[in-house]
Amino acid sequence: MSRAYSLKQESEFSWRLEASGNMRVPGIIYADETLIRGMDDKVFEQLCNVASLPGIVQAAYAMPDAHWGYGFPIGGVAAFDADEGGVVSAGGVGFDISCGVRALRTGLTVDEIEPVRERLANALFRNIPVGVGSTGLVHLDDDGMSAMLKGGARWAVEQGFGNPADLQYIEEHGCMAGADPMEVSPRARKRQADEMGTLGSGNHYLEVQRVAEIFNRRIADVFGLRENDAVVFIHCGSRGLGHQIGTEFLKYMVLAASKHGIELPDRELACAPINSELGRAYLGAMRAGINCALANRQIITHLTRQVFADILPAADLTLLFDVSHNTCKLETHPLGSEMRKLYVHRKGATRAFGPGHPDIPETLRAVGQPVLIGGSMGTESHILAGSETGAGLSFNSACHGAGRAMSRHQATKRWRGRSLVDELAQRGILIRSPSMRGVAEEAPGAYKDVRAVVDAAEKAGLAHKVARVEPRICIKG
Amino acid sequence: MRAHWEHFSHRADMGVRGCSATLAGAFEQAALAMTAIITDPAQVKPAERVDIRCEGGDPELLLVDWLNALVFEMATRKLLFSRFNVTLDDGRLGGIAWGERVDREKHQPAVEVKGATYTALRVNRLPDGAWLAQCVVDV
Repeated sequence: MSRAYSLKQESEFSWRLEASGNMRVPGIIYADETLIRGMDDKVFEQLCNVASLPGIVQAAYAMPDAHWGYGFPIGGVAAFDADEGGVVSAGGVGFDISCGVRALRTGLTVDEIEPVRERLANALFRNIPVGVGSTGLVHLDDDGMSAMLKGGARWAVEQGFGNPADLQYIEEHGCMAGADPMEVSPRARKRQADEMGTLGSGNHYLEVQRVAEIFNRRIADVFGLRENDAVVFIHCGSRGLGHQIGTEFLKYMVLAASKHGIELPDRELACAPINSELGRAYLGAMRAGINCALANRQIITHLTRQVFADILPAADLTLLFDVSHNTCKLETHPLGSEMRKLYVHRKGATRAFGPGHPDIPETLRAVGQPVLIGGSMGTESHILAGSETGAGLSFNSACHGAGRAMSRHQATKRWRGRSLVDELAQRGILIRSPSMRGVAEEAPGAYKDVRAVVDAAEKAGLAHKVARVEPRICIKG
Repeated sequence: MRAHWEHFSHRADMGVRGCSATLAGAFEQAALAMTAIITDPAQVKPAERVDIRCEGGDPELLLVDWLNALVFEMATRKLLFSRFNVTLDDGRLGGIAWGERVDREKHQPAVEVKGATYTALRVNRLPDGAWLAQCVVDV
């Protein structure tokens, strides 16, 4: 952090950038002092740019894991009112539409897994398509693709992937309303032809983890989590289809900005009025992208269950929850003294509805929505719950992960994949990956300390910490 | 100047930069830099040929289009590219990319590129007259 931006500390975990210049609202960053000092100036620049977009309400927010993104900072949250000329931004959602995390309970303790852990790791690696060039088992014709884009995880369940009971533990009950498959181009469909039910690469993974620590026993009981339980985390998104939708609409929005009278401080901020043909087309395509991600995680869940059933027949894999962290959703939030319908962009940020929110499944409603925070490969991930105060602080949003501390390039100079795999194996973590260079780029040391991020999220009032989980098996793209 | 490519740092992702005496050459080098994010270009045999056309917009938009067209071809044909030929004519780009099918053993592909972005996007002449073409790609 430099002195180029004058940040006013409002409380121990909240910092404010007053509205100045073209900014319509202030910028607010939730972080502790160390995290703020570690943030790139680009985060503040991007937050100011977001705050200048038409129709933005209240403030542009940055979560504790915020870092330099495209247009919007990653870890950015911004809400827009369609009736006040509000916009929707392809850059504000990102390329990997609805990238997210799903957590499954296994009904087993890690001690029950231990005798077969090696076999389980190998079978998961063999059965779940992962890495560059991998192909899924499901290939859809054009009609099938449209049905998937309309139905999301609900479509996947109808096709025999998983159980109807899974759906209530997925945001939007597994099916994003308002998806318009007609707005998804033939090129985007073609990119998805071989990629249904694949994990992808980069920071995407499937992990078998141990519940290492419970912070809040009352909420953990409701979530069905006990110490030493084995759980599964799946981190992936909408694959090639989402990437192509993002690519295409980013360009359309850049080209149409002047037609809509929008002056872009940064081309990557490309956006269109929600009430415009392009805005509506993007929302229809983006929602179809959300459904693709939900269907994808549902298929991978099914594959995971098959592997467990084969090796550990006593396992019962049930959904704790499924969160998405690259989205724009129409939600109702209090603004001043009234309730308003707002288009909330979360770019690398997790929705975190607090206790009592009607969109949380009934069995979890009393304690808040599960918020799943993926850490780096060899460290830990966290399970949080939406807080009572989150609504007033950040349109019910929290952080989404650790965030990189160094570039991929720096990481490969510092670590070798093979020695990392050996080192982690000695610490009891089995890594399976098709690419040793990929492993080096994802070295745990290349990421920030996820604990500092979730601590700041809790202390700022965005969410409550519930449990910490540690990896035992990691299938990595 | 000798044509070359390099990566530049972006915290979450990577920047690709191509430099050459000609604008078309800088586009070719930027494409090579993109391959180098995924694998060592020297390990990729230029065996199969794919033709690419992009048009419209200024040179910066054209650079993003060119890289995104390559991302699309890599993803749908499961190819990696190691040789490029670009011709530019009045806002139109004609490109040829040569490569081979991804072999996970041989290429050890580290990460897939999701798309080229408008972040840190620049196409311009350097003081020595050479061309530079760069942007950040999302991985």
